[in-house]
Amino acid sequence: MPNIIRKQVVIIGGGPAGLAAAVELKKNGISDLIVLEREKQPGGILRQCIHDGFGLTRFQETMSGPEYAQRFIDEVNTLGIEIVTDTTVIDLTAEKLVTATSSKGIIFYQAEAIILAMGCRERTRGALSIPGSRPAGVFTAGVVQAYINLKNLMVGREVVILGSGDIGMIMARRMTLEGAKVKAVFEILPYASGLPRNIEQCLNDYNIPLYLNHTITEIHGKARLTGVTVSEVDENRQVLAGSGKFYACDTLILSVGLIPENELSKKAGVELDPRTKGAIVDENYQTSVSGIFAAGNVLHVHDLVDFVSLEAENLAHGVLHYLKNSLPPCVIAITADGISHTIPQRISGERDIKLFFRVRQPQQNCMIEIQQDGKTIAHRKFQKALPAVMEQINLPAIKLTSKNPIKVVVKDA
Amino acid sequence: MEKNYDMIIIGAGVVGNAVARELSRYQFSIAVLEKQHDVCCETSARNSGVLHAGFNNKTGSKMAKLCVEGNLGFDQLAAELDVPFKRTGKIVVGFDGSDREQLEQLKAQGEANGVPGLSIIERAQIKQIAPCVEGNFAMFSAMTGVLDPFQLTIGLAENAHHNGAEYFFSQEVLAIDFSDGIYTVRTNKAEFKSRWVINAAGLQADKIAAMLGVDDYQIYPCRGEYFILDQQISSFLPLPAYPVPNIKTGGLGIHLTPSIDGNIFVGPSADYIDEWDDYATTQEVMDMLIKDGSRIFPYLKREYFIRNFSGIRPKLVSKTEGGFHDFVIERCQETSHAINLIGIESPGLTASTPIARQVVRLIEEEEKLQQKANFDPIRKRPVCFREQSHDEQAKLAAKNPDYGEIICRCETITKAEVLAAIHNSLGVSTIAGIKYRCRALMGRCQGGYCQTRIADLLMKEKHLRPEEVLFNRDGSYLFTERVR
Repeated sequence: MPNIIRKQVVIIGGGPAGLAAAVELKKNGISDLIVLEREKQPGGILRQCIHDGFGLTRFQETMSGPEYAQRFIDEVNTLGIEIVTDTTVIDLTAEKLVTATSSKGIIFYQAEAIILAMGCRERTRGALSIPGSRPAGVFTAGVVQAYINLKNLMVGREVVILGSGDIGMIMARRMTLEGAKVKAVFEILPYASGLPRNIEQCLNDYNIPLYLNHTITEIHGKARLTGVTVSEVDENRQVLAGSGKFYACDTLILSVGLIPENELSKKAGVELDPRTKGAIVDENYQTSVSGIFAAGNVLHVHDLVDFVSLEAENLAHGVLHYLKNSLPPCVIAITADGISHTIPQRISGERDIKLFFRVRQPQQNCMIEIQQDGKTIAHRKFQKALPAVMEQINLPAIKLTSKNPIKVVVKDA
Repeated sequence: MEKNYDMIIIGAGVVGNAVARELSRYQFSIAVLEKQHDVCCETSARNSGVLHAGFNNKTGSKMAKLCVEGNLGFDQLAAELDVPFKRTGKIVVGFDGSDREQLEQLKAQGEANGVPGLSIIERAQIKQIAPCVEGNFAMFSAMTGVLDPFQLTIGLAENAHHNGAEYFFSQEVLAIDFSDGIYTVRTNKAEFKSRWVINAAGLQADKIAAMLGVDDYQIYPCRGEYFILDQQISSFLPLPAYPVPNIKTGGLGIHLTPSIDGNIFVGPSADYIDEWDDYATTQEVMDMLIKDGSRIFPYLKREYFIRNFSGIRPKLVSKTEGGFHDFVIERCQETSHAINLIGIESPGLTASTPIARQVVRLIEEEEKLQQKANFDPIRKRPVCFREQSHDEQAKLAAKNPDYGEIICRCETITKAEVLAAIHNSLGVSTIAGIKYRCRALMGRCQGGYCQTRIADLLMKEKHLRPEEVLFNRDGSYLFTERVR
């Protein structure tokens, strides 16, 4: 086996989470760290997000994805943080041995702490099992975004979009600006899965209709897509017989969900949450494997990149404590009812924390309660809560009554 | 353009390529004509990828005989052509008394066919071999295995080509004339002349036979749909698990097959369709596959689904007739130098090389064959990065930097492998051609990560404009133009 390079911290992924974690660690005195990035440049998915709207929370100004990424890349460079691009991690062990490969060969890193920041991938036609023929012209939204924004390649002229995820809506606008005709966006749920601002700015402003309770029931065309059959669904997502309508198009864009990319985490034996598909973490963002931490979209899919940066910065402080061997044990488990998940899923009870969550269904005037030992120990009222938006609730340590599990529930206000 | 050959083979599926390879052992000039852009575009690639043992077929039939021959000879063939395969064994599971009776019959048929290694096992043994498979008892077949159908078909073609066979793609045969002992095969693009014609046209074999003056056969396309499951559950299914076959349809039933690469295939259904190239999948069949498949493998969860596909069997019996029809391997009576291979459905993959040897024998009845002294039976795949140890990977990357660059993250396919696929010896330059050769795009993200990179590399290496990039067939373009 070739030489093993020792590093205090190895960060896997040079997207927004990895870069923010690196900067925060370096600012707090950790110099023996490296960021491994598989693309030619750092920045992750932000590189292809040329639309604006990034940074309002983190920097109190709006900028494009590449501009947002550049803020962190500049800091990484100024601080002299080691970042290796064109390098793919292909293996990771619970002992924190990293195997990475690049055109320069295979390199092994032995780390004291690992930060998982690999981001997420898109759900595909195959994951949805959409029936019909198998022509070219069916793309996921992120792939279309990469083709148009990074490769200058136009994928089609007449477009239908399935799923009201944010990237799908952003691509509806992008395709329209490039001269394509976007016929409609169809969403199987009774509510949009993307942010309200994207419905306004990407669909309504361009007169692109959004049909809720609709899905694609057949794909047509043998060589290139010729059209799709769209059907209405009932409240149980069952297709209403006879509701099928044909839409001629040469391109179908799928924006039907993102899945945290945890193949490496699994190799290291990191325990995953079946709901988030990301790691189960404690308040320090440490996973079930000691010394392996996770933040960003690899942990849970975020609505805004600003929260990814903030999360990774918080994670960096967890890593600092870990390296000093001063992390408190996190024995209080958090369960959820009516919300999809919380981050973190385990806490120490020794410090004030913010719980992040998403509601399962759109809510009007609801109360989010945190309960322990049969009593409500914290609550927050929401006039409106959407599954598309990540929400948070404060939990001061002083409110905890024991080390018993706590539960987060949704109630009518 | 006019070209003269000793042999013209119509169809570059597994059978056509096996025929080309067997004939390339002799001093013949050979042309293979294929209407698609690549080999294995149809039935050869769209199946369960099983190396059958030969117990499913009627004793005394060509199917049974050639399948057994193909199975027993596969170790050598796979070694020569570097085709990944594994003798996993297989179980055919039963639940009730009538199932047990049928399994006993199946075992007896297999033994009569000369299949070694068949036994009846009980539930406890099933649970030992395959803990996730349900069944009260089963027939176990030790000789059954799984193989890589892409590598088999491509390997046969590349080796035939290496030994002198010429491949012509996008050549759809429109008419065949015969006069003065010479066949003139007219395609959409050119005319080819030859002394022999071998019809290995699969789903179109009846039409080619008719061009050769034989109107006796009709192909009934019978579609089978599949689910492909994620490699994360590959350990759940160490070997193919089949239900007791359906005597009425002759089908093998909805089974579960581990692919050689660690995915699990669920299927196939059996539905007669009107068009020979309608590779659609349908909601009704998907629902049925999950329901039927779950009976023997109760882990068919949506989160494991990565893709659906379908394949089409070239059946010689219609839906109403049903029942068994043997492979047709015969010389035309009218023009004695034409050979029809018709109705080569399952177990055609396993039997392909034995079928090709039958073709050689039929030719030998008419003329003396001259061995080629320099025939080389060996074909090597490009070295596959993911199959190597980390030490070997390090050596590969040190020698060739392209082996260090990962293009497809799900399947860990390197740039070196993608480049080798792009520069394949048959000259195929479609996206699907790259996929079939190196497995990039076949993983759980279905090209979400690598397809932009692969399209880039293909355009660069083959000097294609964006509009010229095809996924697989004519008209399957990916790009309309450059962005302004």
